[in-house]
Amino acid sequence: MVTDKKRVKGEGLLEIKGLKIDGFSDDIWNPIVKGIDLTLKRGEVLGLIGESGAGKSTLGLAAMGFARPGCRISAGSIVFDGIDLVKATEEQRRALWGSRIAYVAQSAAASFNPAHHIIDQTIETAVSHNIKTREAAEADARDLYKRLQLPNPDTIGDRFPHQVSGGQLQRAMTAMAMSCRPDLIIFDEPTTALDVTTQVEVLAAMRDIVEQFNTAAIYITHDLAVVAQMAHRIMVLRYGNLVEEAPTRAMLKEPTQDYTKSLWAVRKLQKPESIIKDIALRIHEVDASYSGSHKVLDNVTVQVPRGRTVAVVGESGSGKSTLARAITGLLPPSKGEIYFNGKPLPKALADRDKDTLRRIQMIYQSADTALNPRQQVRDIIGRPLEFYLGLTGADRDRRVVELLESIELDESYIDRLPNEMSGGQKQRISIARALAANPEIIICDEVTSALDQIVQEEILSLLMRLQRETNVSYLFITHDIATVRAISDEIVVMHQGKVVQQGPKSKVLSPPYPAYTELLLSSVPEMDPDWLTGLLAKRSMKAKTTA
Amino acid sequence: MSTATAPVRTIKARRTVMESVRRNLKTAPLTAWFGMIVILLYAICAIFAPLLAPYGESEVVGKAYQLSSAQNWLGTDQIGRDTLSRMIFGARNTIGIALITTLVSFMLGGSLGVLAALKRGFLDQGISRVVDAFLAIPVLIFALMMLAVVGKSLVNLVLILALLDATRVFRLSRAVALNSVVMDYVESARLRGEGMGWIVFREIVPNILPPLITEFGLRFCFVFLTISALSFLGVGIQPPTADWGSMVAESKSLISFGRATPLYPAAAIALLTVAVNFVVDWFLHKTSGLRDGH
Repeated sequence: MVTDKKRVKGEGLLEIKGLKIDGFSDDIWNPIVKGIDLTLKRGEVLGLIGESGAGKSTLGLAAMGFARPGCRISAGSIVFDGIDLVKATEEQRRALWGSRIAYVAQSAAASFNPAHHIIDQTIETAVSHNIKTREAAEADARDLYKRLQLPNPDTIGDRFPHQVSGGQLQRAMTAMAMSCRPDLIIFDEPTTALDVTTQVEVLAAMRDIVEQFNTAAIYITHDLAVVAQMAHRIMVLRYGNLVEEAPTRAMLKEPTQDYTKSLWAVRKLQKPESIIKDIALRIHEVDASYSGSHKVLDNVTVQVPRGRTVAVVGESGSGKSTLARAITGLLPPSKGEIYFNGKPLPKALADRDKDTLRRIQMIYQSADTALNPRQQVRDIIGRPLEFYLGLTGADRDRRVVELLESIELDESYIDRLPNEMSGGQKQRISIARALAANPEIIICDEVTSALDQIVQEEILSLLMRLQRETNVSYLFITHDIATVRAISDEIVVMHQGKVVQQGPKSKVLSPPYPAYTELLLSSVPEMDPDWLTGLLAKRSMKAKTTA
Repeated sequence: MSTATAPVRTIKARRTVMESVRRNLKTAPLTAWFGMIVILLYAICAIFAPLLAPYGESEVVGKAYQLSSAQNWLGTDQIGRDTLSRMIFGARNTIGIALITTLVSFMLGGSLGVLAALKRGFLDQGISRVVDAFLAIPVLIFALMMLAVVGKSLVNLVLILALLDATRVFRLSRAVALNSVVMDYVESARLRGEGMGWIVFREIVPNILPPLITEFGLRFCFVFLTISALSFLGVGIQPPTADWGSMVAESKSLISFGRATPLYPAAAIALLTVAVNFVVDWFLHKTSGLRDGH
């Protein structure tokens, strides 16, 4: 960023020394953060990155002098503008929170009270800390909405949280954090839950506003490309230790540690596309709607070739998950036909026979909810074997172990419960469950979006290997273009229930694009600190020329 | 496929129920042990009452209102029956009836609750509104009314209390099952083509069992108190059958003479209630994954 020198003033704002934080589990205190030093100057944006469990959120909260329930700060000091937050009383810390240190959480939808107007929640802290009068605070909130480029800044505050979109709510939360003009804002994965197209707007708005008020910020994320746009300096964390720390540009150019390099190296996975004519599943001019007349799927035609991967991309609300429900029979289409191996598939789930059900399997986004928490791996994977193939007893168990081995886990996992495994392992179990039925098609609904990047990579290469071995077709629903690029043969772009574009990967991912595909592709953050600035400039240029 | 040629392997066996029980017991806190031991002692009293009690249930062994003595450890009641023997037989009647009542109410309320959550729509609305109507009337008054209508028999008592309790169990099991039926694993089972039985008993019930078992413990105590209250009012368990509630009722006037007689059955009720709750607390703590506020 060009303004680095001007913004980052010499004055230190936050200084953390030798910080150790423990978490209580299984009746003992386990270290989560293991002695970290951190300094932050006024106006500086520091990026904290790492996989889940790296301790980045814990460290971010500790910068406020706050330890989550079940955690304690066991050593070290946190000095914020001359005040030691570890030694400070609860009273003193509470006086700082909200007014001088603010926090923006990942899920704005969960952080807003659904029963109050947005503006009342935006100004609540400023009014309760007696910083401003209600009128002044409201006027200021409207000004902030405007600066954050929210539509109708004068009236949007009178809406309830559910009446605005996720991206708008996230910006409203940033306005809330800004309402007291804090010295420090902590952003905890603020755009992780948003679509790429929305993410761009939110990132730009957040970057702008901290710049305008010269606010220091700690930006926590697992997305390198995002942090590259936001931060002046990056700290890489792993297992509660600092791996590497450097200014953004230097870090992106020449990471020194192996772990950092491995983070940089992900997404090198690339499958050569191959097209065949043998169609396993054909969705023909399908309409579907939940209740009422609004069509969630509008005249959708998609073909899935045998042994290949078709990626369905689009933002949330584009109808991609509904397409999966239509195929599986959970939401029978109101018009159109679905052909499976050339024969029409009964529309409703109840009308399909066991063998048809066996051939179409599904893997869900969140293995946490897709695996019954009370069933052991033995039963989770064993049930389809028993149900479809009639395997029982020792035969069944042996097949379960074979399946475990094919997903690169071993026999020791057989009596584990889902909560005794990591996110990646659970997703592997989901894959094994689908595979147990010997399916012809697996519908993968955002199967990697809840996972860390390195784990995503492992899961994707596992899926690709299994496809080579069993010739199964994947209908891969995702909003992540990088994933699409890695694994698909064909791509279907969906927008508002309609298919915008469909074709082989090489064709869809190269110009000329339809307008929506272009917007979607250009919104994917790149590992270049100037990407966001460049993109915004390009878009405003375009807007001018079209106007 | 390599299955035909692969050497036959022995896969490690499932952990048995006994092993899991033993593992859990190892970590039980002191309060839970206290609760379990008390419940066990009560159970022994109830099961082996004829062997343990020095005299028969309604056997007149001496003069009325005797103080404690070597023959009658806790003295005698208003017509000269041995209080200790009646306490021991009372355990059998009171606990036995409470247990049966709670079981019936859980089978009824639990299955209807899960069914309503799974089917939704008309069935759910229908059952829920009927339950609402029941819940609008206080339990004790409703029970008294029903007993007056159908007559004071033991079977009627059990059925009426079970029905009234089932309304509360229904509410709870419907609410917790609603959280479970929307989960992807239930959808996954439906997509697999599983029948209603599998979905209810293998997918949903294991997940809603912890709150239900906890509720079972609490409901058991409440039923037990309601029976005691009804017996105290004279419409519960009928004489000469011994039961703790009516024993308190019969000897209540003695309290003004400084005698502890009514306190013995009252203490028996209190101790069991506390013991059950200790065990329930432990169970709740084990299954809910709640952490202490460190």
